[in-house]
Amino acid sequence: MKRSVFATPYIVWMIMFIVIPMLFILYSAFIKDGQFTLEYVRQAMESPKYMNVLLRSIVIALISTALCLLIGYPVAYILSNMKKSTAAILSMFFILPMWMNFLLRTYAWQVVLADNGVLNMLLTSLGFPKGEFMYTQGAVLLVTVYNFLPFMILPIYTVLSKIDRSHIEAAHDLGANSIKTFFKVVLPLSVPGIISGITMVFIPAITTFAISRLIGGKNVALYGDLIEEKIVSSGSLGLGSVLSIILLVLVIISIFVMHRMEVEQGNEEGGTLW
Amino acid sequence: MKNTIKKAICLALLVLFVLGSFSLSGCNSKETLYILNWGDYIDPDVIAKFEAEYGVKVHYDTMANNEEMLIKLESSTNIYDLCFPSDYIIEKLIKSDLLREINKDNIPNIKNIDEQFLDLSFDPGNKYSVPYMWGTLGILYNTTMVDEPVDSWGVLFDEKYEGQIYMYDSMRDSIGVALKYLGYSLNTRNEAEVAEARDLLIQQRSIVKAYLGDTIKDAMIGGEGALAVVYSGDAVWCVDPEEGNPDLAYVVPNEGSNLWFDNAIIPKTSKNPELAEKFINFLNDPEIAMQNSQYLGYSTPNKAALALMDESWLENEIYNPPQEVIDRCEIFHDLGEFTAVFSEAWDEIIY
Repeated sequence: MKRSVFATPYIVWMIMFIVIPMLFILYSAFIKDGQFTLEYVRQAMESPKYMNVLLRSIVIALISTALCLLIGYPVAYILSNMKKSTAAILSMFFILPMWMNFLLRTYAWQVVLADNGVLNMLLTSLGFPKGEFMYTQGAVLLVTVYNFLPFMILPIYTVLSKIDRSHIEAAHDLGANSIKTFFKVVLPLSVPGIISGITMVFIPAITTFAISRLIGGKNVALYGDLIEEKIVSSGSLGLGSVLSIILLVLVIISIFVMHRMEVEQGNEEGGTLW
Repeated sequence: MKNTIKKAICLALLVLFVLGSFSLSGCNSKETLYILNWGDYIDPDVIAKFEAEYGVKVHYDTMANNEEMLIKLESSTNIYDLCFPSDYIIEKLIKSDLLREINKDNIPNIKNIDEQFLDLSFDPGNKYSVPYMWGTLGILYNTTMVDEPVDSWGVLFDEKYEGQIYMYDSMRDSIGVALKYLGYSLNTRNEAEVAEARDLLIQQRSIVKAYLGDTIKDAMIGGEGALAVVYSGDAVWCVDPEEGNPDLAYVVPNEGSNLWFDNAIIPKTSKNPELAEKFINFLNDPEIAMQNSQYLGYSTPNKAALALMDESWLENEIYNPPQEVIDRCEIFHDLGEFTAVFSEAWDEIIY
């Protein structure tokens, strides 16, 4: 008996819950009353509104990915330079919130950011004026970054902590100072972690709809919201399917680009978490 | 050899899967009533009482808006026995032949319903629906933030209240607000009028804090907005000094508004219409109708239940609006193909 037999449950699962649903999406996107149609594609392309929403989603996803990287890399770097036991305890703090449901954490932010919420209570008690945080683009970005930051930190931390110390020592021996060592040795070696982190943040960020719904109050409507609204409330399954396919293609392209970057880095095996 | 093993495993999995789903549904032998309703729209205790009295199980699903319910009912796979959509959706469901005629012999309590709620235009003779709740759409405002008397939708377009206005995330209701303000009918089929309403709402977006659903209630009770568009039933508890916020007040503007009815209907696909009829009858028992209506704050069409209530409820003008308020309101009608024009306008407003 070959060991590949053990993959069968996974293959069955994939077919039932990934391949078949995808075929359904394709079917509803291009078939109307039993005939091939491009009507839904036309609808999706025709309205400049939908393109604007897509652009907004891309921009928000890019900004949150950049913020995650800016915050996440230093954290991962500091963690990787700590004693293993201390780092393990500290990284628990990043993983701990992930044990709680993501929606609950997002709802919790509503309480924090509300006009009479925790943050404003804190501000006023310190003598600052009240701010308006809920239903703004900034709030959506904040909560997106909060939710996806661990997905940036963890792969980078994993890669950084695996870097052979002797590389760094060699760089120092050959006269490179700490800054030069970081940019010439550590950073290039951590690229697979960075790419993996970017993928893990960018894709959920561009497809999210719960965060923009709960925190954005329709002021920051994203592509996910649009798809959800088209299918659930307007009942245009065809249009919703075309919009989903557009998003899917975008995601596939970005994965492909990311993979290419990694291959160019000479890491043929692909990402650390992929 | 390898192939047969693969096939055998596939088969085993399939059998497990099928058996699993059977055993899940098979383990409770009780009759089950499948209900689809709005969130927060029935007293859970009423369901518990029904389950205990009839020895059945109630499976209760919720949805956020009328359109969602319509789509669920239009899909051929729906399994619901009982739903509570609004007037114009019922009109559409009847047109699409998706509803089952209700056998009134099984609902003797229908005699408790006030005649003014029967035989309405969307379901003449109540062949397909039995009234559940009714109410108006209006403005909920915070009297500490709004000094002027509120009697017009115009206040929602006043830049003074920038960042303090909540709109309702519902196509017909929000566009309806603008239509009424402009002096048009809620059921207009004039594209220019819808376009005018659309432009007004797009312009208004810069002063609107957010388009929300049920969460408007909490935001307003928490004093986080000056003005909001809400349904009367929600307003009843929002203005309650103990449960809500005593600074809040509700008004149905002079330009008129929407008068709505949510009725119980039985989809054609229901596998257990008799049980659904039993439940409708149970809901119209005076005691139960009173309990449910007071729990929700939504007005009951059940006059026997009203007769049991004390004065404070009957004098509450939000709960029991005077005739002149009802007279200036309009009922939604199904717009048929013209709904697409509303949807397009809504897309422009939201995205």
